[in-house]
Amino acid sequence: MIGDKVWVGAENYQTMVADPLFWQSLKVTGVYSMLAVPLGVLFALGLAVLLNQKIRGVNLYRTIFYIPSVISGVAAAMLWAWIFSPEFGVMNAALDLVGIEGPKWLYDPELVVPALVMMSLWSVGGSMIIYLAALQGVPSELYEAATVDGAGWWRRFWHVTLPQISPVLFFTLVTGMINSFQTFTQAYVMTNGGPKNASLFFGLYLYNNAFRYMKMGYASALAWTLLLIVLALTLLTFVTARFWVHQETDSGGWV
Amino acid sequence: MATLSSQSRARRVGRILTYAAASSGAMFMLVPFVWMVTTSLKAPAQVFAYPIEWIPDPVKWENYRYVTSDWPFLKYMLNSALVALLTVIGSLISCSLVAYAFARLKSRLSRPLFIVMLSTMMLPGQVTLIPIFILFRNLGWIDSFASLVVPSFFGTAFYIFMLRQFFLSIPRELEDAARMDGCGTWGVFWHVVLPLSRSALAAVAIFAFMAAWNDFYGPLILLSSEGKRTAALALAIFNSAKGTDSGNRMHWAMAAATLTIIPTLLIFYRAQKYFVQGIVFKGVEK
Repeated sequence: MIGDKVWVGAENYQTMVADPLFWQSLKVTGVYSMLAVPLGVLFALGLAVLLNQKIRGVNLYRTIFYIPSVISGVAAAMLWAWIFSPEFGVMNAALDLVGIEGPKWLYDPELVVPALVMMSLWSVGGSMIIYLAALQGVPSELYEAATVDGAGWWRRFWHVTLPQISPVLFFTLVTGMINSFQTFTQAYVMTNGGPKNASLFFGLYLYNNAFRYMKMGYASALAWTLLLIVLALTLLTFVTARFWVHQETDSGGWV
Repeated sequence: MATLSSQSRARRVGRILTYAAASSGAMFMLVPFVWMVTTSLKAPAQVFAYPIEWIPDPVKWENYRYVTSDWPFLKYMLNSALVALLTVIGSLISCSLVAYAFARLKSRLSRPLFIVMLSTMMLPGQVTLIPIFILFRNLGWIDSFASLVVPSFFGTAFYIFMLRQFFLSIPRELEDAARMDGCGTWGVFWHVVLPLSRSALAAVAIFAFMAAWNDFYGPLILLSSEGKRTAALALAIFNSAKGTDSGNRMHWAMAAATLTIIPTLLIFYRAQKYFVQGIVFKGVEK
């Protein structure tokens, strides 16, 4: 596995640029993140806004929405692989009820990533709790003032709520991106990268190189690339944040 | 009067929509669980019945007997529990000490060190995976629980950050009073700070337990012998060993998956408030 160490200079990186599977894994992971992260934020925010109303049984709903997010890992992946089973799964049974013939989901190169995105929405409970706390922290005077000015629900949400909770949205966006670029367990357990490498996530390709093909050096080059991508995305989010993250002038420092 | 009644009608429609949305959300969250549990109690023929039969008939408790006796899944769960408990102990010891140092023992290096530590929270786990693997291989710790447990004795950035914030909120007068009574730094930490921090320590213990219990990547690369598998690893291996007879194993797979999440659910049920606190802390207080 790790024989004599030979200095290969930039060779691993040259290999990488010419490696179609590297680009494929980058594409798969990028598409997944572009879908799963924003949709996750929207879905979690929707649930939080819902639970921020005065509805009966709000604690029960909060618990129900939150529970899936504590079931991470292999058990959840196996469960969802079974849910997406084309012939016997509950997903296609539900589609059948409304007269749609269910697709092959994890066996369809076009649909495997969307299916995994759908699965990721199951565990947005953590972000939902964060948003709920943030929503409850918005000073009610701001809403009262906006109402006096004649703002309806939507304008209050757009001009008061969103700016007030934008730092929290920002935080979950950055951590969501970092996490989604490391997606591994779903790919390993549910699809093993298939079909036709359509779910070859970067994390899985890195693992395969390191521990299946025993190419530790190449895998390390991939790991460095992953770090640089995550850093770049984080910096990008920080740089653009000043345009959309609302800062109280008297807020304390981060550290 | 007309406007008033149309307003109240709009409000009623709004309420109905709210409940409809909340209920469909709850369905989306709950149906997978129900599906998992009912599958785990079905006979193979019923697992592959279409349309779906939701009520297992007959109820096959034997599936659980098979998983726990013919297949040593209980042993794998005990392995997971051992690793998780040791990880909790390691995290509590190391993180509380480091956090107290960052909270109260000031030196010129405190701030730069704290920032370096925080920045490790941003580091993707997969980036450090290969060096960690090579390190443990050279130490001869591959296929030993030490490789999974010992790192927790060196601290985890998020828990340290959380505990430090908590320690900072403890009134200094309490610590000063203890010093007047002759306590040293160690005595203050042990007799004043820790007893006051039970809730924060409980939160750290729960997070550490859950992370270790659900961990898959660590056991996957660091463990190899069959008897040492953790529950998550054993599940994944069972899952990938399917093949031609995969159809006949789904009821067992779901029984094992159900067993795996039971401890998680019990802890969640007993300690809901810590989860919520910790999550909120992670997102908002920063």
